Amino acid sequence: MSGLLTVLEKMHAARTGYARPLRRFRHHHLVDEPLVIVPLKLAGEAAAPLGCAVGTDPDEPVLLTVPQPRNRDLQHAFFTDLAHVVLGYVAARQGETEEVVPRGGEPRLRYADAPQILVPNRPALDHLGLTGRLTRFQETEDDVPLLGRWLTFFADRAEYPGSSLALALTDLLTAQWATGQSDLEDANLAMLLAWICPPEGTTGAAAAQVAENPLDFPPAGPATDPDFDGLVLQPAVQGYDRAVDAGDPVAAARAEAKVREAVTSQLMPTWRLMWKGLRRLRELPEAAGCEQRWAADRDRFTRHVDRIAEGGPPQPRHDHAVAAAARLATLERAQSRFEAQQAVDDPFVLAELRTTGEAFGGTVVAGEPDRTEVTAKGRTVLRPRLTVRTEDPVRVDDDQAYVCPDRPKQNVRIREIAEDESGCLLVLDVVSGMGTVKKPVPIPEPGETVRYTRVPPQWGGQDFPAPEETPWTHGGPPPGSEEPQGAEQ
Amino acid sequence: MDSLNTRLAALRGGTSPVGFSARTIAGLNENPGCARRALLDASGADKDRIGARVGFPGRFGQSPFALARGRVFEEQIKANGAAQLLRLLREKLGLTIEEAAYLPLEDVGDNTGRELRARHTTAQLLRAAREGDDAGTLFDHPMLRLRVAGCTAYLEPDLVAFQVGGRFHVVEIKSFAVIDGQVDGEQVTAAARQAAVYVLALRELLADHGLDPETVSHEVLLVTPADFTNRPVVSLIDVRKQLAAVRRVLARMSRVETLLDALPEGVSFDLAPDDDGDPTRDPAELAAALHQIPARYRPGCRAHCELAAFCRDEARCADSLDVFGPAVGGMLGGVDTVCAALGLAEGTRAPAEDEAEIARALRHAETLRSGLG
Repeated sequence: MSGLLTVLEKMHAARTGYARPLRRFRHHHLVDEPLVIVPLKLAGEAAAPLGCAVGTDPDEPVLLTVPQPRNRDLQHAFFTDLAHVVLGYVAARQGETEEVVPRGGEPRLRYADAPQILVPNRPALDHLGLTGRLTRFQETEDDVPLLGRWLTFFADRAEYPGSSLALALTDLLTAQWATGQSDLEDANLAMLLAWICPPEGTTGAAAAQVAENPLDFPPAGPATDPDFDGLVLQPAVQGYDRAVDAGDPVAAARAEAKVREAVTSQLMPTWRLMWKGLRRLRELPEAAGCEQRWAADRDRFTRHVDRIAEGGPPQPRHDHAVAAAARLATLERAQSRFEAQQAVDDPFVLAELRTTGEAFGGTVVAGEPDRTEVTAKGRTVLRPRLTVRTEDPVRVDDDQAYVCPDRPKQNVRIREIAEDESGCLLVLDVVSGMGTVKKPVPIPEPGETVRYTRVPPQWGGQDFPAPEETPWTHGGPPPGSEEPQGAEQ
Repeated sequence: MDSLNTRLAALRGGTSPVGFSARTIAGLNENPGCARRALLDASGADKDRIGARVGFPGRFGQSPFALARGRVFEEQIKANGAAQLLRLLREKLGLTIEEAAYLPLEDVGDNTGRELRARHTTAQLLRAAREGDDAGTLFDHPMLRLRVAGCTAYLEPDLVAFQVGGRFHVVEIKSFAVIDGQVDGEQVTAAARQAAVYVLALRELLADHGLDPETVSHEVLLVTPADFTNRPVVSLIDVRKQLAAVRRVLARMSRVETLLDALPEGVSFDLAPDDDGDPTRDPAELAAALHQIPARYRPGCRAHCELAAFCRDEARCADSLDVFGPAVGGMLGGVDTVCAALGLAEGTRAPAEDEAEIARALRHAETLRSGLG
């Protein structure tokens, strides 16, 4: 979201030289023990791993490196090691369960905990997804295919707005603060954090300029600095190749240590930035909506554990048409729900929406708390009405219900808008949470300042028929066929 | 040498000109409205060294691993008379090529001079086009020419195929992977732009010799590795859109005279190299010369222009909104600086007539902001 308020904060950041807050709360849940992964890949290859720093302890990362990233056996050894760490972490979240009893539904169990993967940036999440794609179809007896299925799961959830199972640190930080630099520069973790937590005695702006130098601040990956590749990494990898060709195990071990040292030099600065950023984010209070979103994440986690336990197949190469359309609809709903929830939870977000007219605020100038209407069935119901003076550029959407965060149970609709010289007057009908004629619930009184934002859409909802009920003309399976296969190309 | 070239050469000074490649020509489409870059490029000035001289060394290296990967994949595709490629063309495009000649045009005898190679390429391609009996010939690394801002640029496509469906096709070999049919859009766009430059050069070659330029297909064959293997796949890409864009930007480059006319007397980007080729030009003077030509900085410039860091610094010093990127500038339509925007928001600056609306929106946002405490 980038409205005028964000733009203004960027200007203020540029003028003062320090980052400016864009949110009062943090809208992603952060677990006590996240699994931080800093992956690096070899330039020019789709997903050849060069190394990674991974772990839950800031002081003791597990460092995995590949002395010759093009070698498939060495790649596999790397994935085996990574599987050990990731699967161990995931398994440790499968302890306690809690019973969930949905209204009118079957009770179910879900895990009380769930894994949380933190990577530096969006490309790192994409890289995890590619690594998942590379490994989940491998036909080995070890844990590598399972690693692939979990990495695919995490990369997939990372696209789901509001989910906290797999997160990019740059996304979390840019949601929270405005800097005086462009989005492209914000994508550089070192430059972004420099604005947010500059070293004592310098401004964020000055610190960001220093942090732009890749020699002192190696890229957060997964791509490495081309100069590093040419000057340091290539000679080290070539040394390893020579030692292996010569059949000299001592020299090979020495060369491997050299590559490891080189790659570690690129991993560790980012590893430290990851924990620095995380510490800063933990200082922020968590938004109210996090709890419900994290519960949904734990449901998803539980379902994926079940799917694997039941011997289900790995995620397909392609979603077929129905699954793809359903997924798109789900993502859109999640996006709109997440945005609306943030506005309810966070006055900064609500204020931002007021600049675009999606939310509004103002002073109550008149109220009819006792107003009633007669329904089609002849019942008399309470329908209080209030008039609010606003200077906001309100966009009218007749079907939209609005809610005031201070009165979360009371919804209103815009009945009418009247312009006058000093702004506009909004006539609002209270449509829920007003109580009854005998037991009315108070509504805002004249003179009161109110703010309203869109009511978040409800959870759940299935807009699409199940795949097996979809006719083949609309992308369902052809009659008689079992599993629709994604074409190779 | 015509007067335009003389004037451009004077601008460049005593340094030898930096030639254009398909990549740099395609790159002209990025931010075509920047007069500074248009003039520097047209004059063949060495932006990399100029940037370094004025204190903003660029970082445009490519990883040796990426280069090696590209080289190996290209060699693999071209091995054995491009056997793999021919098989793909038969299977994917349904071509009935039984046998194909493979004509390396990388050098002419021992001579690898660009002009000589270009003449040789021209002769071979024209013969093929006129006689039409060279069906199924693959021309490896032909040397093509294209006029850019009055200068000749030499271009070297990976392969040109003749005849596939009775037409010439440019073949681009790229080593980025296509995974499950998905590919990084940016990389495909870059490849399409580059290929469009080759298509244009080929068409001009034919047109110059009275042949139908449409014999060169606007469909380009992009060969890339599939999934995580070295197995190649070929895709047809329609580059008509990119062709139009390249034509526009070349036409603009040829009107570089208007930019020259606007320049004050005596502006020069001369690095004044000494006998060892090291620049001796006073950096402050060089920077002052650059400032004389208006730039249009955007954060995206750093991906394709060696002077990006210099221009960013200029924009920062000028308090310009350009440092945030075009989206912010667009939202504040017409307001140019941070100071002006904040002045309008805080009510310390009276809005100009055309700023009334944005001023109202900014003041409203600022009121909301200060209400948050």
